[in-house]
Amino acid sequence: MAVNLEDKSKMVVTEGSYAVAHAAKVCRPNVISAYPITPQTHIVENLSKFMADGEIPNCEYINVESEFSAISALVGASAAGARTYSATTSQGLELMHEVLFNAAGMRLPIVMTIANRAVSAPINIWNDQQDSISQRDTGWLQLYAEDLQESADMLPQLYKIAEDKEVLLPGMACMDGFILSHVYEPLVLLEQDLTDEFLPAYEPEYVLDPKNPMSFGAFAAPDTYEEFRYLQEQAMQNALPKIEAVAKEFGEIFGRFHGGLIDEYRTEDAEVIIMAMGSILGTIKDVVDEYRARGEKIGVLKVRAFRPFPKEQIRKAIKDAAVVAVLDKNISIGTNEGALFTETKACMYNARCDIPIIGYTIGHGGRDIRLETIAKIIEEAKEVASSGINTESQFVEVREELL
Amino acid sequence: MSKPTPKTYLSPGHRGCAGCCDALAAKFMLMGAGPDCIVVNPTGCLEVMTTPFPESAWEVPWIHSLFENGPAVASGIEAALKALGRKGNTKVIGVGGDGSTMDIGIRSLSGAFERGHDLTYVCIDNEAYMNTGVQRSSGTPFDASTTTSPAGKVSFGNPRPKKNMPAIMAAHGAPYVATTSIGYPRDMIRKVKKATETEGPTYIHAHAPCPTGWGFDGSKTIEMAKLAVQTCLWPMYEMENGEITQVKKVKNPMPVEEYLKAQKRFKHLFTMEGGDEEIKKIQALADWNIEYFGLQ
Repeated sequence: MAVNLEDKSKMVVTEGSYAVAHAAKVCRPNVISAYPITPQTHIVENLSKFMADGEIPNCEYINVESEFSAISALVGASAAGARTYSATTSQGLELMHEVLFNAAGMRLPIVMTIANRAVSAPINIWNDQQDSISQRDTGWLQLYAEDLQESADMLPQLYKIAEDKEVLLPGMACMDGFILSHVYEPLVLLEQDLTDEFLPAYEPEYVLDPKNPMSFGAFAAPDTYEEFRYLQEQAMQNALPKIEAVAKEFGEIFGRFHGGLIDEYRTEDAEVIIMAMGSILGTIKDVVDEYRARGEKIGVLKVRAFRPFPKEQIRKAIKDAAVVAVLDKNISIGTNEGALFTETKACMYNARCDIPIIGYTIGHGGRDIRLETIAKIIEEAKEVASSGINTESQFVEVREELL
Repeated sequence: MSKPTPKTYLSPGHRGCAGCCDALAAKFMLMGAGPDCIVVNPTGCLEVMTTPFPESAWEVPWIHSLFENGPAVASGIEAALKALGRKGNTKVIGVGGDGSTMDIGIRSLSGAFERGHDLTYVCIDNEAYMNTGVQRSSGTPFDASTTTSPAGKVSFGNPRPKKNMPAIMAAHGAPYVATTSIGYPRDMIRKVKKATETEGPTYIHAHAPCPTGWGFDGSKTIEMAKLAVQTCLWPMYEMENGEITQVKKVKNPMPVEEYLKAQKRFKHLFTMEGGDEEIKKIQALADWNIEYFGLQ
């Protein structure tokens, strides 16, 4: 992200979680419902403090007894016409699983920050993206943030996309736990006046109201169920251009652009393209800069939207590369592949484009990802470009002495 | 001269069985609550039979989310109404079966009551998971035969007594907790009205005989509900701030056999060796109720 000079004068040094809580606040939520879980806690603690200081007007904060109830309360609140917010991670998100399908099926535009974290067992509080990736089929929009500023800026964007009448789907704003949630960095806190200009008040068409009784969540038999699923898919497809348009509009108002569905970095003429989601992109970009300085044609493809999955944009971005390496902070056990890798391969298969694509599943449970590791992957990718695929997908740097 | 019957807000044409206890309970509940309410209905017979898309029997706003989260959904609605300045006198009402309320949803219910939301929760207790085919719940009475606690050569059926749910809800500090029965519509309507007019989390536990699950004719639902009360197996009382304030007296309690023999789920007690002793144990439960609640 390029920092313009005007931004620089507005910057404050603050924690990622504070920036996200502040962003949630200026989006003017009506109901916040959350349960504490590391590393999401700072977000909800900051929101609680805002509430205690009377800084969020027309808002109720519910201290629920579980993540299951956190998201369930928002189902009710959203159906009653409220703009709603929660934040969670890992086990909390997994506990919400059943309700996630329900919120999406009822087309409730709930927005939630995920401070991405590994899942148990073994229990581990550090970052990877297994938690939200495991929810990819629940019907939620999923955007992945690269840095602190984007983690905050994503919230008004996500509300705008989720609440669009042609979308009406809930959304997850995913940020890497600790790496983004607990780091202090100079950034711009979202301005209330600009946010109000960018994000209009939520005006739902259908609400629970005794003056106009409606039934929500009816029982659908085989003769009607399929159409509900079809319409959910249509809504996801409708979200594709909206995500791009909303990111552009955000850029015009706030002067910051983090990418739409994807974001390309030095991919022009790139022979090797490295694909990834989230904070790992910063590390990859540093390594790629070194390669570029030496005249090597290496580029980076940031995937910002994982749901909906931007097939067309990915195809277009990588079709001319000699090789693509996909880095995933998750794995679908039993495939030896991360989700972004599998889906990237799938979207290329019928595209009449036979470039080699290799996968790396990396950084599980917060394992540090070093510059050297990225360089090693780039070297391996270059070899694949010349001599073909030897290993299609693999773990990176497994400690053999522990096996 | 009888009082005029209050209007109800549950339309006919739903898919309930003949003599369905859920339909009666929901009807009485809405008679007590009136139209200024929002109903949250966890998964169960009532939800399924009243809302086959695109139809709905509900003339008040209604939402079904999942089996175990009704009270949390209700919490969110109440919070939203407050935040949006629409709360007024609108009461949020949760209504679920015994499985949803006493088993899978008890965490959600406990949380909602502890937080003190202004809502009423009605448990329609038909003493088993009827929607899935009569499986045992923690509301199933002692020695009832269900499909997952069947009577057999070495079993008299469900080995445990009913969970004392009203006491659990009263222990949350609920300002109003009451038991009622669909056999006594005026009692139920009055208690639901009182519950919805009381500020804070209030709880109604309505005993509701299910013809299909218990094994009796659909014309006998009300009769069966009355028998439970008259044998003192279902005591009807009100609790305000944890204290019992009203009890429905039963002048001449009937022996429990009268209730048991009318239902297939207890039939084995009259055919199996040792059944007499089991019936005595059930009579002891009724006697305990008589003593504890001062029913006579």
